[in-house]
Amino acid sequence: MEKFGIPDPFEGEREAKGFGTVQDQEDDVMMLLRLKDVRKTAKDVKTFQSGAKPGRIVVPSEVSIRDTRQIPFEVDPPLHGKYRSVLEDWFRRPENTDYQQAIAAIIRELLSEVKAKSSVEAVSEFSLKLQSRALTLLLNIPYAEAETWISWGTHVFRSEDSAVDGDKAEILYSYIDRQILKAEESPGEDLYSILLNSEIDGRKFTKEEVRGVMILTFAGGRDTVINAVTNTLAYIASKPQVLPAVKANPAIITTAVEELVRYFSPLTHMGRVVTADTEICEHAVKADSRVSLCWASANRDPNTFENPNEINLERQLNPHVGFGFGIHKCLGATHARQVLRTLLQVLAEDDIKISLLEAKENIEDWGEFQRKVGYDQIHLSFS
Amino acid sequence: MSQIIFITQNQERYELSAESGSLMELAKANRISGIDGDCGGVCSCATCHIHIHPDHFEQLPAASEIELEMLELEDNVSDTSRLACQVKVQDAPEGLIVTVAN
Repeated sequence: MEKFGIPDPFEGEREAKGFGTVQDQEDDVMMLLRLKDVRKTAKDVKTFQSGAKPGRIVVPSEVSIRDTRQIPFEVDPPLHGKYRSVLEDWFRRPENTDYQQAIAAIIRELLSEVKAKSSVEAVSEFSLKLQSRALTLLLNIPYAEAETWISWGTHVFRSEDSAVDGDKAEILYSYIDRQILKAEESPGEDLYSILLNSEIDGRKFTKEEVRGVMILTFAGGRDTVINAVTNTLAYIASKPQVLPAVKANPAIITTAVEELVRYFSPLTHMGRVVTADTEICEHAVKADSRVSLCWASANRDPNTFENPNEINLERQLNPHVGFGFGIHKCLGATHARQVLRTLLQVLAEDDIKISLLEAKENIEDWGEFQRKVGYDQIHLSFS
Repeated sequence: MSQIIFITQNQERYELSAESGSLMELAKANRISGIDGDCGGVCSCATCHIHIHPDHFEQLPAASEIELEMLELEDNVSDTSRLACQVKVQDAPEGLIVTVAN
């Protein structure tokens, strides 16, 4: 049994000075590593803005490949709050029982597919499919549409040799444009139609605003959910006692999922643009420079988390920032939590056994930090 | 069985009863507006911020350092702020009055 683990590459710098530097397209980023600094900076939305040039708060920067502002993610208050209040109810639908049951059905269908094979490449044959099929629920569109997204492969926005690939991203952007046009011609109960009919400041959303919300929904919830699901499967494969424990006491699913999100931190970090000269970690920071909030490092901060490098599925106090922090916390978190909670529940209820056969890790390169975020490929067997 | 009174930002008043669990779980079960409890009660999301009635605040067990650090950065924070997920029904004085912060 191979031991599962996601190492913490930030420990030394987090303790020594509290930040690192990431070089990115001649627009370097000061990466904040301590939980308290990350939370404080996330809260100070005046000094550390999200509403900069579209794509600039993302690391690596997407400024060169898109002009569309992702909404509400790249918008500052007070407009941010207006968008968010329009969207909140829709993105809370995953709390409903019928939504949860639909995810369970998707997972059971997938399990019947993978159990028929002796070896399954789980990133493409399980996680990508689960992420895509579950997204049809969030968008409230026909299930079959997931096949299109699955056909794009695991990386829609990146290619083998480039972390930001404009041609690949264009596949998604032009797809979204076609869907918006379709919804405009024949409105339904799907998210495109709901957005086209939504109002802000007494006027309807523009098509560009709809585009901004949809790009965020697709981009924000793709690699993150895929990594979280794959890592969950790998963890279960390494710890056969987990599913029987969950089955015996399903009440631990809530704390278990929060702990897995803390430990996995599917999104390593997210940037902000500094609006005025300031100081962080006793270090001067200039206006118009970039900082990033390293959720992955903050989630291993030993000043808050006891035994931060251990997975404790019953961790009761777990103030992790795996879904971000403050007003820009993940809009899709309710959906992601429901996918992960239901995954654990179904795997436990159905007495599924998972074995690891072979794996190739996905290591992100952040200059001085090399971080495992999941797997490029992982071969598992399900029984 | 403890009786707990929730007052929302819209001044709606709910008199609820429970034997166990947290104030967040009680509020969620009764769909009290302004209590989301996204993280399920692990003190990660601060979407269950409440103000305890000043007469009752000292009667509750003190907040942990982790809870206080979360509250420190919250909007609408007061001297009697708590996260509802960290207050157990069984510790609540009879007739506890809480106001939802958001």
